Amino acid sequence: MQHAGTEIVSAVMPIIERWKHEEGPLLPILNGILREFGYVPREVLPAIADALNLSRAEVYGVVSFYHDYRENPPGRHVLKVCRAEACQAMGGDAVAERLQELLGITFGETAADGSVTLEEVFCLGLCACSPSAMLDGEVIGRLDEDKVQEIAREIRA
Amino acid sequence: MCFVNEIDYGTPAAKSDKTVTLSIDGKDITVPEGTSIMRAARIAGIEVPKLCANDMVKAFGSCRLCLVEIEGRGGTPASCTTPVAEGIKVSTRTERVQAIRRGIMELYMSDHPEDCPACAAGDCEMVKMAETVGLKEIRYGRAGENHIWPAHDGVANPHFMEPDLSNPYFAYDASQCIVCSLCVRACEEQQGTFALTVEGRGFESRISAGMHEPFLESECVSCGACVQACPTGALREKSVIEKGMPEWSAVTTCAYCGVGCSFKAEMKGEEVVRMVPWKEGKANRGHSCVKGRFAYGYATHKDRILNPMIREKITDPWREVTWEEAYAHVAKEFRRIQYQYGRSAIGGITSSRCTNEETYLVQKLVRQGFGNNNVDTCARVCHSPTGYGLKTTFGTSAGTQDFDSVEHADIVMLIGANPTDAHPVFASRMKKRLRQGAKLIVIDPRRIDLVRTPHVEASYHLPLRPGTNAAVLNALGHVIISEGLFDEAFIRERCEWDEFQDWAEFVMQPENSPEAVEKFSGVPADLIRGAARLYATGGTAAIYYGLGVTEHSQGSTTVMAIANLAMATGNIGRPGVGVNPLRGQNNVQGSCDMGSFPHELPGYRHISEDATRAIYEAIWGVKLDDEPGLRITNMLDAAVEGSFKGIYIQGEDILQSDPNTKHVAAGLAAMECVVVHDLFLNETANYAHVFLPGSTFLEKDGTFTNAERRINRVRKVMEPKNGYADWEVTQRLAQTMGLDWNYQHPSEIMAEIAATTPSFAGVTYELLELEGSVQWPCNEKAPLGTPVMHMDGFVRGKGKFIRTAYIATDEKTGPRFPLLLTTGRILSQYNVGAQTRRTDNVVWHEEDLLEIHPFDAENRGIRDGDWVKLASRAGETTLRAKITDRVAPGVVYTTFHHPDTQANVVTTEFSDWATNCPEYKVTAVQVTPSNGPTEWQRDYDELSRKSRRIVHVEAAE
Repeated sequence: MQHAGTEIVSAVMPIIERWKHEEGPLLPILNGILREFGYVPREVLPAIADALNLSRAEVYGVVSFYHDYRENPPGRHVLKVCRAEACQAMGGDAVAERLQELLGITFGETAADGSVTLEEVFCLGLCACSPSAMLDGEVIGRLDEDKVQEIAREIRA
Repeated sequence: MCFVNEIDYGTPAAKSDKTVTLSIDGKDITVPEGTSIMRAARIAGIEVPKLCANDMVKAFGSCRLCLVEIEGRGGTPASCTTPVAEGIKVSTRTERVQAIRRGIMELYMSDHPEDCPACAAGDCEMVKMAETVGLKEIRYGRAGENHIWPAHDGVANPHFMEPDLSNPYFAYDASQCIVCSLCVRACEEQQGTFALTVEGRGFESRISAGMHEPFLESECVSCGACVQACPTGALREKSVIEKGMPEWSAVTTCAYCGVGCSFKAEMKGEEVVRMVPWKEGKANRGHSCVKGRFAYGYATHKDRILNPMIREKITDPWREVTWEEAYAHVAKEFRRIQYQYGRSAIGGITSSRCTNEETYLVQKLVRQGFGNNNVDTCARVCHSPTGYGLKTTFGTSAGTQDFDSVEHADIVMLIGANPTDAHPVFASRMKKRLRQGAKLIVIDPRRIDLVRTPHVEASYHLPLRPGTNAAVLNALGHVIISEGLFDEAFIRERCEWDEFQDWAEFVMQPENSPEAVEKFSGVPADLIRGAARLYATGGTAAIYYGLGVTEHSQGSTTVMAIANLAMATGNIGRPGVGVNPLRGQNNVQGSCDMGSFPHELPGYRHISEDATRAIYEAIWGVKLDDEPGLRITNMLDAAVEGSFKGIYIQGEDILQSDPNTKHVAAGLAAMECVVVHDLFLNETANYAHVFLPGSTFLEKDGTFTNAERRINRVRKVMEPKNGYADWEVTQRLAQTMGLDWNYQHPSEIMAEIAATTPSFAGVTYELLELEGSVQWPCNEKAPLGTPVMHMDGFVRGKGKFIRTAYIATDEKTGPRFPLLLTTGRILSQYNVGAQTRRTDNVVWHEEDLLEIHPFDAENRGIRDGDWVKLASRAGETTLRAKITDRVAPGVVYTTFHHPDTQANVVTTEFSDWATNCPEYKVTAVQVTPSNGPTEWQRDYDELSRKSRRIVHVEAAE
C-alpha cells in the first residue's frame, strides 16, 4: 500500500512540475492529474501541498469542493446525467431512473465490473436539447428510451 | 472578584490617519478611514448582531446577521465587510433588517441542537443571537436533513460526525458547528499554520483539520486560536466541558518562554478553568501557544511537593519538617559552613522562572545576608553573551525593539533561533509580516520550520556548520563593506567613525571573504553574498537571534558581530529594525536586570562602582564586597576542590540544564548543604539536603520582564498550595538568618528596586495597573517606558564597532567523534520539561529523539526509530533516532526535555570566552546502534528512585 502510494506520487510529480511555477497552479495541477488518472488520489495531496508551499488542509479544502476531483478511480466509462431544472422539466427524472435501472447502480456509484461510473451533474448548458447527459466527455441531447438503451449498450460493450 | 470582559469590535482596527464621520442610528461617530461599519457601530456603543466576525481576523461576511441599511444605497450590506464612508447614514435596527436576521437565525437554528450543552452553559452564541434578533419559532422543525442526530428512525445520519476528542485540550463537535469559518481564518491569519479548512460544499461543508484527520494527527499546533474564535460550542476547551464556565478572572502573564504573553486566568473558585490570551497584552496581542494556553496543569500536579523536607545525607530518604525547622536548619547550616570554610563558601542561584521581586530578594539575601557576591542565574547558560555583547556595543544588555516592531520590518534575519517551536506567539506575528511580503534570511545549521512553511519561504537559508556563526557574520560584513552597502551617514552620526574604519579593515581581510568562509562553514559564498545584499539593501531590516548564537565558545563575539552589522547598515533606533535576542524563559531578562550576576548590581551596574554600592549599603545597612563573586561553573569547581559547601537554588534544575551533567553532579555531591527551592523534586534535588516547596505563577503577585524589556504583572489567582509564595519563603529564610526584612507585598519590593535602580525608577504597581505593562528604561526621561531603544543615540553615547575575529572552538570533530551535535527545543515541551512533562503536552513529544541525516544513518546501519548510543568526550547516553534531511550530513540534533535522556551528559564544558555561557550548540559526537540505556542512565535512574523516597510526617511519628 505504502509502495503503491509512493508510485502514484512519483507519477504525478511531472504534472506538478509542469504547473507549479505558473500563477494559480493548484487547479491546473488537479486538472492534469484528473486527465491522467481519472481521479485525484488522496495520497498525492501532501505532495502537491509541499510543492506549492500550502498546507495539506488547504489543498484538501479545494479538492473536496469540486465533485469532479473524485477520490477513487472511475469505471471505464463515466456517465454524467443532468439533473437540473430544464432537464427535469423535460422528463429528466424518468431518464435518470431508467439509466440507474439499466446500469444497476445509483448515482455516485461505480459498477462492480468497473464498466461505468454514474454521476449527477447540474446543467451541461444543453438546456435546448433537454434532457441531456454526457458520456466520456461527449454530450448527448434529447434523451429518450432508444438513446438510453444505446448508452447502456455502449457501456456494456 | 470580577470577570475581565473584553470588547469585541467585530473587525480589526483600521490603520489610517484620515478620519471619516458618519451617522449610525442617529449617532454621529468619527473613525479612521477603512474602519468597518460594524466596528464604528461598536465604538459608538451599538452592537450589531454577528456570528462570523471578531476583531482578530479580517471580515468575511458569511453569516449575514450583521446586515444594515444605508440611506440612499440599495440592498442590505453586511456591516462587517462594508467600510465607513463620509456622511453616510446607517440604520442597524430597521424592521427590514430585523426580519432578515430572524429569517437567517431561524435557518441556522433549524440545524443546531435544541439541547446544545454549550448554549445552556452560555458558551455558545447561538441562543444569545436568537434572543437578540427576536427569534420565536423554528417553522422548519429539526426533523429534516441535519447534522445533529447520529441516527434518525434507526437509520444512521450520513451528515453526522462523531465528536473529535483527539486533542487533549479541546473537543470538536461538528453537530454544533455553523461553518462560519472563523476557526479556519484564525488558524490562517492569527496563528499562520493553515491547519484547518472547510471541506466539501453546500450542506456537506464541514470544518476539517488537515485532510479530514483527527485534530491531533493534522498540522494543528494546538495554539487555541480556533477555540477562542468559535462562536458556538463546536470547538470548546475540555476543561470548560468538565468544570463548567468560569466565574471570575484576572489578567496575568504566562510563565513559559520569553515572549511573556498576557492571559486572562479564568477561574472557578480556586481552580483554573481556562487561560485565555488577553487582547490588550502588548506582547501577544491576543494570541497564544499550546504551552501558555493549555499546559498549566502542572500547577496542581500530584508530584508537587507541598511540605519542606530535610535529610542529613543525600542517600537518606526525605523527612518532612515544618517550615520553621527548615528555615532554622538552613540558617544554622549556612552559618556553620561560613564559620568553618569562610564567608564565600556559600552562594545562591536566582531563577528566571520566578518574579523580578523574588529574584531581587535572592540576590539581596546573598549580598546582604551571605556577605558575598556568589550569586548567579540560569541566564548564565543562555543569554549572558547577549548581556555582554550588547552592553559593549550599544550600552545596554537588552534587545532594542518591542515585538510590534516586526510589523514594520521589510527584512527579517533570523540567526540561531527557532521561533515556531521556542517562541511560538512571536513566530506567528513574524509569519504574519512575512506573508505580507517581508523577506526572510535564516542562518541556522538545521532547516527550521520557517525556512519553508505554508505561505512562508526564506529568501536565503545559510546552513552553516555549528560553531561558525562569527565567521559567517564577518563574511556578511565583508560583502557589505566591499560592495559599499554600508550606511555612511548613520555611522558618521551615531558611531565611532575610527572604530568603524578599523572594523571595515578587519572584515575586508581575505580570511573573512565569503569564499574563504565557505571552506569551513559549508555555506556557499553566493548565498552569503546574496544574504548580505538583501539585508543591507532590502529596506528596514531586523535581526532576531536565539541561543544558537549565544551558546557557543564565541557567543559574545557573535552577538557583537550582529551589532556590527546592524550599525554598519543603519538598522538601529527606529521601528522595524534592531537587534533582538529571543530570550528563553519568562523572566530571564528580569533576572538579569535584577542583579543576578556575580559582578553586577540591579540595572547592570558593576559591583566595583563605589557610588552604586553606596546606594545599597545605605539602605541595606551592610558593607558590600566590591569583588565579583563566583559564577555557577566556578561554584561547582570550587565545590569539587572543597572550598564551596552550601548553595540556595531557587527554581532552576542545574543538574539537567547545565552542561556536563557528571561535573555538576560531582560539584553538588561535594557540598554539605544544598537547598533546592522548587515545585518538584527535580533532578538537582537528588543531591539536595533541604527541599523548600515553591509556588507557581498562579499563586503569587509580582512581575516578569519579557524579551522586549516589558514588565508585565503576574497576579495571584489562587492560594499557594505549599502555603507561601517564593518571595515569602526567601524573606522568612533571610529573617531566620537575622536580616531585618519586612515586605508585606511584592509591590514594596518593586518600590525598593525603583528607588535604587535608575532604569526602573518610574516603575510602580500603580503604573502597571494603569498601563498594563511598561518597557524599561522607565524613569523621568521616559515616564511610560521605552518601546524602541537608541532612537536618538546609543545609550553608551556612540555605537562601538568591535573586531570579531573567528576562532574555531576547541571542540573539534575527529575520527572518534566525527559528527557535530547541536541541541534545541520543541513546541510542546519547555526546557527540562519539569512542567510540560506533567501535562498532556506529552502526547506530542514522549521522548527526546536524535535527528540524523539519512546519509550518516545509512553509514552506521541505523534505521528510523532505532535505539542509538550518542557519545562525546564528556559522556554518553542513548535515545532513539529520527532520520531526516532537516539536518545536514555531519550534524545531529536533539532536544533536552526528558531527564532519562540527559542530553547534557554528552555536552562538554567549553564555554563562551567572555561569560562562561556553555557551548551547548556544538559537541563532537559519535552515533552507534545500541540496545538500550547506558550504564550512566541506569545508575542515575537508580539514584533518582532512591533519592526521591519521602518519609511522611505521619509515618515518622
